[in-house]
Amino acid sequence: MSTLLALALIFAELSLLAFGGGNTILPEMQRQVVEVHGWMSAQDFSALFALAQAAPGPNMMVVPLVGWHVAGWGGLLVSSLAKFGPSSLLTGIVLGLWKRFKDRPWRRTIQAGLVPMTVGLVAASAALITEATSTHWLLVGITAATAAAMTLTRVHPLWLLGGGAVAGLLLL
Amino acid sequence: MQTPHAPPANSQAPEAGTLRAPPSCAALFTGFLGLGLIGFGGVLPLARHMIVEDKRWLTAEAFAEMLGLCQFLPGGNIINLSVAIGLEFRGVAGAVSALMGLILGPTAVVIGLGVIYDRFRDDPHLQHLFAGLAAAAAGLLVATALKMLLPLRRNLPGLAIVLLCFLAIAVLRLPLLPSMAVLAPLSILAVKWSSR
Repeated sequence: MSTLLALALIFAELSLLAFGGGNTILPEMQRQVVEVHGWMSAQDFSALFALAQAAPGPNMMVVPLVGWHVAGWGGLLVSSLAKFGPSSLLTGIVLGLWKRFKDRPWRRTIQAGLVPMTVGLVAASAALITEATSTHWLLVGITAATAAAMTLTRVHPLWLLGGGAVAGLLLL
Repeated sequence: MQTPHAPPANSQAPEAGTLRAPPSCAALFTGFLGLGLIGFGGVLPLARHMIVEDKRWLTAEAFAEMLGLCQFLPGGNIINLSVAIGLEFRGVAGAVSALMGLILGPTAVVIGLGVIYDRFRDDPHLQHLFAGLAAAAAGLLVATALKMLLPLRRNLPGLAIVLLCFLAIAVLRLPLLPSMAVLAPLSILAVKWSSR
């Protein structure tokens, strides 16, 4: 019960802090789940993140997976509701006010102004996830090769994930 | 930009252009269910295609405006977009239908993968497979960060905020809420100052 409550509180907070999408809240999710509550290791967290990346859909799918891993079906339900409920409620409320504020300059100022913080949060996510997965030099190589391929070519990310999995299977 | 569909003859609602009738809750659910299941590595381009070009629920302008709102708010763009579109056409029931459609399929896939991972986690082959997968997923995230960083390369105040945020979250491991309370105003000031 206290686990479900903790999951609800963590993901409700993350729901309202996720400016700039799901990748910005990964560090805090990892900090809560790994360091504060000790529900799993950093390696396990990275593995769950990887599974969620391999699945289709929005890039928030690590949330139900973490809930399920920590507390089964109840955890899945609670973490999904807590993660998707509050931000959706906020969207609904703001939708009504939106047209009034559309042309106000302060809206543009805030929207553009949050970009550097968002970039910093995504960079922090990348560093923490990479740190947790880099347990072997070959894995560091896979990460670097994937990052290079994704930056320099237009190959579909799913091929890169598959390539990484096959490389891990064959080379490790 | 609207694709040049031929407008239906004797259109009942000329101001609506080539838009179709508002979707039902069931149509919202199945539409977003399809999106959730085929959207590998980014749902946004597919969402625009479905909503504006294929199903013609919204004009290109209305879609762009709604997406702008959804990007501004916390939560995933596409998650918020499903709620906004559902709400626009069918109120709260529509919002729930669209959101459920979007996340049910991917949730089932992700849990399926989780079951496999848990059952075979002691198998060395699968361990290596998942280690490689995790390393590649980390690489994709690194690439995302690099692509987001690139437009800021000549913006020194902006880069300073990026660095400060990285230090606070990744190095010092500070909690997100107080970090954002300090960094968000600084970030806004930095962008305002640098664009002057």
